[in-house]
Amino acid sequence: MTAPAAGTALVLVSHSRTLAEGVRELAAQMAGPGVPIVTAAGLDDGSLGTDATAILAAVEAALERAQEAVVLFDLGSAYLNTTTALDLLPEEKRRRVVLADAPLVEGAVIAAVAASVGEGAATVRERAEEARGMRKVAEEPVPPATGGS
Amino acid sequence: MAGDAAATVDGERIRAFIRRFAEKVAAHKDELTALDAAIGDADHGTNMDRGLQAALERLPAEGAAPADLLKAVAMALISKVGGASGPLYGTAFLRAAGAVAGKAALEPGDVAALFKAALAGIQERGKATRGEKTMVDALAPAVEALEAALGRGAALGEALAEAARAAREGSDATIPLVATKGRASYLGERSRGHRDPGSLSATLMMEAAAETLAGGPAS
Repeated sequence: MTAPAAGTALVLVSHSRTLAEGVRELAAQMAGPGVPIVTAAGLDDGSLGTDATAILAAVEAALERAQEAVVLFDLGSAYLNTTTALDLLPEEKRRRVVLADAPLVEGAVIAAVAASVGEGAATVRERAEEARGMRKVAEEPVPPATGGS
Repeated sequence: MAGDAAATVDGERIRAFIRRFAEKVAAHKDELTALDAAIGDADHGTNMDRGLQAALERLPAEGAAPADLLKAVAMALISKVGGASGPLYGTAFLRAAGAVAGKAALEPGDVAALFKAALAGIQERGKATRGEKTMVDALAPAVEALEAALGRGAALGEALAEAARAAREGSDATIPLVATKGRASYLGERSRGHRDPGSLSATLMMEAAAETLAGGPAS
């Protein structure tokens, strides 16, 4: 087997295929072509949910293209299914995967940037988790909403 | 056969248990989904039904060992359920299979070990403890009741019946709780006043066990 070309790949786990594809699109724009981004989202029939066997396949696909992989996920059961998938992964591959406890959109974008500059999975994960504390609005406190009824 | 019809639990009894669990979930599918609609994402009944129907299709042929049947259920639930209950029940059945690996017939103590391992698997996967409005609130008292009854020398059927009652009471006790785990936790205070759907499916599982494992009709 030839060594995977990329350093760190991302795996995006979401209940929604549409959501995962959208996040992949956003993250890929930041990362450029060098960062493999694989999604595992929705169920076989296209309905909402996460599937441990699909996550397992996505992680294995990511590890074929990169030395390590960072998994990001949306809601709680995506996490449960991700940990279940990792239990089914052979130990040699399991060691090359880390989970990031990060907001999916911001986390994926920051992770993509970190991966694109050659960071390993541990650092990519740290960057992604920093996304939780990043403000999107400069003013503090956030100005009150106007309008409504 | 005299006395207790089943001194030991073989693969066919495990198969009957799985079938009965699937029947009960199918019969309560709408109720489970309605409970989940109140405090979750309204799919617990349909998800569990889909997973268990897939499990029935994948059960190994007659003569299979208990562990092989339980493992087939685990993999079907993991791949077909979709929500949190897939990995939770999938892990439960996987651990249950591990607890009885290599055994063609189970003694009452093995049955207790099976459910204890299932509970441990759910707790490890979900990081839930009692009082958090989850299936653990039904399963943990059920396992305790099962072990206590067997410990004082009760027959397996009686012990499982006590376990099923403890599960039902544990599920009832989830009604006033505020959820801190799972999708229901996003609702906070609004989760109070509703039964946890996972605690009901777990109760159905223990009731299915009580009805089948200790000499109920094997179909």
